[in-house]
Amino acid sequence: MPEPTGAPSAGVKVAVSAARDGKRRVSVCAGTACVFAGSMKVRDAFIAEVEAVGLRDEVEVVIIGCHGLCSQGPLAVVSDGDTYYPRLKVKDVKRIVEEHLAGGAVVEKLLYVDPASGARVACAHDIPFYSQQTRIALRDVGVIDPEHIDEYLERGGYEAARKALTTMQPDEIVEEVLASGLRGRGGAGFPTGTKWKFARSSPGDVKYIICNGDEGDPGAFMDASIMDGDPHAVIEGMVIASYAIGAHEGFIYVRAEYPLAVRRLRLAIAAALEHGFLGVDVFGSGWDFTLKIKEGAGAFVCGEETALIASIMGQRGMPRKRPPFPAVSGLWGKPTNINNVETFASVPWIIAHGAAAYAAIGSDTCKGTKAFSLAGKVVNGGLAEVPMGSTLRYVIFDVGGGVKDGREFKAVQLGGPSGGCVPASLLDTPVDYESLAATGAIMGSGGMVVADDTTCMVDLARYFLQFTQNESCGKCVPCRLGTKRMLEILERITKGQGREGDIATLELLASTIKKTSLCGLGQTAPNPVLTTIRYFRDEYEAHITEHRCPAASCDALIAYTIDAEACTGCTLCAKKCPVDAVRGDKKQPHAIDQELCIRCDSCRAACKFNAVNVVSGPDDIAAAVAAQRTA
Amino acid sequence: MPRRVVRSERTADGGSQPDDLDLHQIAVIVEEGDAHGNLIALLQRTQSELGYVPEPAVDEIARLTGVPASRIYGIITFYAQFSTVPSGRHKIFVCHGTACHVAGATRITEAFEQELDVPDGKSTPDMEFSLDSVACMGACSQAPVMRIDAETYGNLSADHTRKVIRELVKELGLEAQYPGVSGAGSPRGGGDA
Repeated sequence: MPEPTGAPSAGVKVAVSAARDGKRRVSVCAGTACVFAGSMKVRDAFIAEVEAVGLRDEVEVVIIGCHGLCSQGPLAVVSDGDTYYPRLKVKDVKRIVEEHLAGGAVVEKLLYVDPASGARVACAHDIPFYSQQTRIALRDVGVIDPEHIDEYLERGGYEAARKALTTMQPDEIVEEVLASGLRGRGGAGFPTGTKWKFARSSPGDVKYIICNGDEGDPGAFMDASIMDGDPHAVIEGMVIASYAIGAHEGFIYVRAEYPLAVRRLRLAIAAALEHGFLGVDVFGSGWDFTLKIKEGAGAFVCGEETALIASIMGQRGMPRKRPPFPAVSGLWGKPTNINNVETFASVPWIIAHGAAAYAAIGSDTCKGTKAFSLAGKVVNGGLAEVPMGSTLRYVIFDVGGGVKDGREFKAVQLGGPSGGCVPASLLDTPVDYESLAATGAIMGSGGMVVADDTTCMVDLARYFLQFTQNESCGKCVPCRLGTKRMLEILERITKGQGREGDIATLELLASTIKKTSLCGLGQTAPNPVLTTIRYFRDEYEAHITEHRCPAASCDALIAYTIDAEACTGCTLCAKKCPVDAVRGDKKQPHAIDQELCIRCDSCRAACKFNAVNVVSGPDDIAAAVAAQRTA
Repeated sequence: MPRRVVRSERTADGGSQPDDLDLHQIAVIVEEGDAHGNLIALLQRTQSELGYVPEPAVDEIARLTGVPASRIYGIITFYAQFSTVPSGRHKIFVCHGTACHVAGATRITEAFEQELDVPDGKSTPDMEFSLDSVACMGACSQAPVMRIDAETYGNLSADHTRKVIRELVKELGLEAQYPGVSGAGSPRGGGDA
């Protein structure tokens, strides 16, 4: 394990579960990944079992937003000692209720096992994934029940907005945010206070604020987790911003694919209205602020601010030239301020604790913390917030627990389709806007996808180009046609039909597209290609000149073969093969018919003896196939 | 005045548009909505009520709001959420986010294409199933993931997907229509929970 670097300096530690009214509590994670893993069935089982043992009046079963360690889902936290139960199955619930909730004894067998030490860990706080984080934007995510405003209020919710609106002048708030050093968490890193200042000083009676919840990067789910795990934090940040800027109307633009966030935000807005935190005369301060939700309709480009504004106005979400900037002429031609979800969620903390406290965390140029979603081939997949300036190594290895299945780290993809792949040699790069930009990647909104030695970097670049090409709005030629041409070349290369000069052509196209595209989508679309060429040129060359995929991942360049020495003839792979491509008698070495094989990986996944090999390159394939036949 | 339009047109997918489309619904949606800046919301409601946005509905919205049909059509084709053709009774969504891609999402889509003989983005001719790729469902740590109607599945493999398909076809009593996917099934849904 590498030495922890850039460890948390200050700020809040992960808080886990809040017991209320003297009741004990079971908090079941209802974050997206846990729901996919079946957490709602686990929740229902808890309710039924608690009822069955007659503890209904003593124990409450609640749902919480994303708890963070998604790869351990479905998970639940019992308030007695914040006992953490990961990877739950419905059948485990009865045991927890009977032995722990009724019997008072922690169910040792179901506790989390620390992969590094092999020891069982009972308390959530003691799990390295959580203890290594510093949570500000995510402070209440996974702690409170997001559907009940009382829980947010008990943790000091809306106190910052009350303080701002009743004791501070708008200019003071803007200065405070400026002094905190907070920069746009959507990825571009523009100083939030400066943005607010522009919007505040723009002439005009009618102004708008918008929260950009159109989190479109595939592999990123921080904003979703904040919106559905702690919706009031976003609303409170917007209330403060509305007063600071002078906007009486606000919109939260939520991505179409996030129905849960929409539902929770709607509930939260209704509750905030009821409490007088929104609407007329907020906190009795005389300030009016109405907030509405706008649902996106599925267009990645709407994350770009001028496209987003067009979409709110009911138009095709196509970007326009800037200036004028939205701060001068935005929604319906009025001065408009747009911030990202995480940015707004950080604002109440800054107002409550002071700019100095926030600025004390982070690096010289980047203050505070940044939330990341860790995914791909990483042990601890989930939601992590760390101080700015922590190294990539700290995030991926100390918090993330390193690479899955003991494989080799190859690269981390940052910033989604606009970002790039950072190789192992740059793992000590600090996480801040400037340092990451220097690698050719970007901070982006916070998606971090880890690639191991089985991930083909050319295919990963092709994947992102396919995405941006598909999402290009078509307004400007470089993006519309340029990305298409790049994609065609990448498709050829991954099919083994690369030509000499392809890399140079890709680089030329990339530089033209970057320089001449209208909006950020086109200007950043070539980044995944450029960074993979920069750090993994040998993989491109292997595909082009040797027709070999070094990661043995590109279907057209690989073959599945069976090692006659290792094969026991158990026939399992033959049973699993959907196209009957595996031949061989019982207890005799099997062989795969290359004509029939569709490379679905089922045989390799099924084999208990590691006898199925994936080989690439004409010579290696020929040798492996021949070895099969002679067996 | 709301009209009833009788239609019986085969779509490109081979499925049929509803024979009897009640345009009164459209009038209610338009009345309750506010056309100014809310065209997308109107179309979203139409899509959620009808399952798609058929051509007569576009004409009706144009007539009632005064917005040219060409502009409405421009919006429908711009946003991925809208469809001008109906989708299958059972909707299959395979996630192709980055984490799912590196975890083998392509193989999951291929399993559906082969077993149900339906290309990605289309419906089966009998309109039982439609297969779509989505950008990212945000369940990256359970990758690869998919959704069939309201049921979610994580940590998939091609083999597990084929089992799910077999079970689903069996459960729906469609073995005769899908002879290629016969075989014993395994438990459905929600991981192992």
